[in-house]
Amino acid sequence: MFDLFKAKAEAVSAEVHRFATKSEGLAFIKETFRTEGIADEPKKYAVWTDCPILEGVDKDEMAKEFPGLKFNVTRDLAEQSHIGVTQMQWGLANTGTVAQNSTAAAERLASSLSWIHVAIVGTANILPDMPALLETVHPKDCAYLALITGPSRTADIERVLTIGVHGPERLIIVCIDDLGGAN
Amino acid sequence: MASTEFKESVDKALKNANLTGALGRFSEAYAVARKNAYAGIDFEQLRGRVAAIKGYAAEHMDELAEQFTKAATARGAKVFRANSPQQVKEYIANLCREKGVKRIVKSKSMATEEIHLNDHLIKQGIQVNETDLGEWIIQLAGQTPSHMVMPAIHMTRDEVADLFSKEIDERLSNDIPKLVKVARKELRTKFLQADMGITGGNMAIAETGTIALVTNEGNARLTTTLPKIHVAVVGLEKLVPNWADAAPILVALPKSATSQQLTSYVSLITGPTPNDDGSMKEMHIILMDNKRSEMAADPIFKQALQCIRCASCLNVCPVYRLVGGHVFGKVYTGGIGTILTAWFDELKRSEEIQSLCIQCGNCKQVCPGQIDIPALILEIRRRLTQEQGQGVVQKTIFSVVNNRKIFHGMLRAASKVQGLVAKDGFIRHLPMFLSELSEFRSLPAIADKPFRDVFDTIQQPVLQKKIAFYGGCLIDFAYPEMGVKLVKILNKAGYNVTFPKDQTCCGAPARYNGAYEVAADNATDNIKALLSEEVDYVVSACPTCTCALKHEFIEVYESVGRRDMLPKARRLATKTVDFSTLVKQLVDEGKLSFKEGQSLGTITYHDSCHLKRTLHAENEPRELLTQAGYQIEEMFECDMCCGMGGSYSLKFPEISKPILTRKLGNIKASGAQTVAMDCPGCVMQIKGGFDKDGARVNVKHTVELLADQLK
Ligand code: SF4
Ligand code: SF4
Repeated sequence: MFDLFKAKAEAVSAEVHRFATKSEGLAFIKETFRTEGIADEPKKYAVWTDCPILEGVDKDEMAKEFPGLKFNVTRDLAEQSHIGVTQMQWGLANTGTVAQNSTAAAERLASSLSWIHVAIVGTANILPDMPALLETVHPKDCAYLALITGPSRTADIERVLTIGVHGPERLIIVCIDDLGGAN
Repeated sequence: MASTEFKESVDKALKNANLTGALGRFSEAYAVARKNAYAGIDFEQLRGRVAAIKGYAAEHMDELAEQFTKAATARGAKVFRANSPQQVKEYIANLCREKGVKRIVKSKSMATEEIHLNDHLIKQGIQVNETDLGEWIIQLAGQTPSHMVMPAIHMTRDEVADLFSKEIDERLSNDIPKLVKVARKELRTKFLQADMGITGGNMAIAETGTIALVTNEGNARLTTTLPKIHVAVVGLEKLVPNWADAAPILVALPKSATSQQLTSYVSLITGPTPNDDGSMKEMHIILMDNKRSEMAADPIFKQALQCIRCASCLNVCPVYRLVGGHVFGKVYTGGIGTILTAWFDELKRSEEIQSLCIQCGNCKQVCPGQIDIPALILEIRRRLTQEQGQGVVQKTIFSVVNNRKIFHGMLRAASKVQGLVAKDGFIRHLPMFLSELSEFRSLPAIADKPFRDVFDTIQQPVLQKKIAFYGGCLIDFAYPEMGVKLVKILNKAGYNVTFPKDQTCCGAPARYNGAYEVAADNATDNIKALLSEEVDYVVSACPTCTCALKHEFIEVYESVGRRDMLPKARRLATKTVDFSTLVKQLVDEGKLSFKEGQSLGTITYHDSCHLKRTLHAENEPRELLTQAGYQIEEMFECDMCCGMGGSYSLKFPEISKPILTRKLGNIKASGAQTVAMDCPGCVMQIKGGFDKDGARVNVKHTVELLADQLK
């Protein structure tokens, strides 16, 4: 399932990385903060919505390490952020999609206003396809179900494909094997 | 007849090289990309499901609207059911007044285009900004969308650079990624300031009260996230019964629309969500009727509600890709646009645009909603004719076609005095080989002796089994030699061929002009003639005629209420078969076989619209030609219309000509010296085209290529 997911997601310009453990995944995300130059100034922030993977993580410590990293996602911070990190509940293998219950405003802000969206998903939560997803999730538990397939794109001018029009220009998917039943 | 103004808009579009070039290239790329997108998927099964879901929804529109209202209200949304465009506009304007809304951002919505919502709100002093890049471009340009999915496909990067430069008061280059960044920056500010976000809805799920939004740019996400009020304007046809019904539509829509597996963003929103300040969003859903329930009550047009607005029908339409969307009017474009305009606007408004359809059937073949668009356009034609009556000239013509003796007498007379007759104004409306109106294509002369006379001189062996041959006007009066070859082949297979002399025009010209009563009379004459003697098959070598005999007589009788004729029409239908399908069957049965070891060289094959898409015979002629010893080199777009379309090429020579030119180019590019086809109409068009073009390519009906290759 993962291989298909990765192939399909990469076909629509998403970047897919797989890690066996949570800590490896976290290390990768931190490395991304470093290479992207996350800093405490507008346009360089990183916002991270509260999510299961952060359980047991010393957020203060991490914020000290990256002064631009904010865990309290507001509209202004998200708008001025370079990276937004959110945890997604599901993946869809046959389209390379990540899916999330984004009922909470922070989830939508972090994933739609940032320049780079880092989406964390448990490898085990990759479902085969759309029908399987709609069987798994029901609107009674999820007022805003967001499906994201690759970065924002448009072809409205002369049919030339251009990435990153209103939403993120990059979608980095971090698949973690031992995230377990984190959704 | 089309008005001068309309003709001018067609001419202008055709002369716009940028437009036709862009659309032409796009439709070529689209065909390939769509094929890839659907690789490994059973399209027929998928669209069967989509059509079933949408068809059910159209039949239960009221019930589903109620269910949706209940479900969405329970989740905290306010649902308003609006009958008229005016009600929608007033509702939103009132809401703006009540809530002090000054700025609105919109995500693309055809329903709001349909009712010209922006104009109304702007007149109230409200700032309204489209945020879909294409929509924003046409908003800045003060234009209407020219395509349902790609509203600004008609514009060049230079034009966009000019518009943006003006908007931000800074000279911009035509670099597309840079222009997109400008839009991002400009619109981001508008998103952040907006008091209200307006979206459409690709689906409204009755069971759960959910609105589905499908976009690539992410603007719908921002529209539904940043402003504190969200208004969704949704046509009633967007209702689907159940949560699970969303899946097949979400599978089909992106593949058909943009050849993507899935668009970048799909949002399924069920009731209001929290704003970023912790307050709850205010969510209003307007279910807009605007004649949709009327449409649902119409036994024929309710089918159009199965549309999921993917626009693939535009992308494959040979006419749309030449003239683009603006010729079609203001909102919805192409074949389905013609139908929607006739309903949401008024029947009269579709009078001219409906005539643009050449009835090639390409759209029907790709429509994921399984809508028979060409048939619905014919129905519009019929209703227009009914409403307004037939013109005097047309009446005269059809009364001629309706009387076989006069009609055939005139055709004979025409063969004697061709030059003279062709100058006569109304003769043009007769099957077109009578006319010489054509600067791009030579037309065949009427044969000295029609097939009906030649037939009497053919020596047939005495055989027990019989097949009736339906000639059709073209073979009878222009290409009798095709008929002769056909008789030869069937004799070899052990069948005696009869040619009932009372057969007459198949009624296609009348039907295509909306004159169904005339078509019904034609049907009756032909049924009488063809069923007068017991035969094994009725065969025709013209797909248009075959379709008439096999399908349209039945439809015409049903439509004019002559149910008494239906059993006979059905009997004729079961006996009727097109030439290649019959011969293929005879070969398979061992009644015919080809000379062995023939190597007859390379040919290419042109699929005639009716043969491929109505009669579904695309392999039969190819297999026969291959067995006979020809090697088939497929041409690009082998199944694209040649631009003939009966009297279409007379009504719109300016459209027929470029369609033909493209076809000739594709034939030449195949490298074959001969092009085969199964329709005498296509032979006439393509042969005439090559005659003018000067290229030495043989144009042959399959019957001509097979006759001498049999053992
Ligand atoms: S009519 Fe069919 S092909 Fe055309 S937009 Fe609607 S669903 Fe798509
Ligand atoms: S039948 Fe052919 S010409 Fe008519 S709308 Fe469909 S694709 Fe266009």
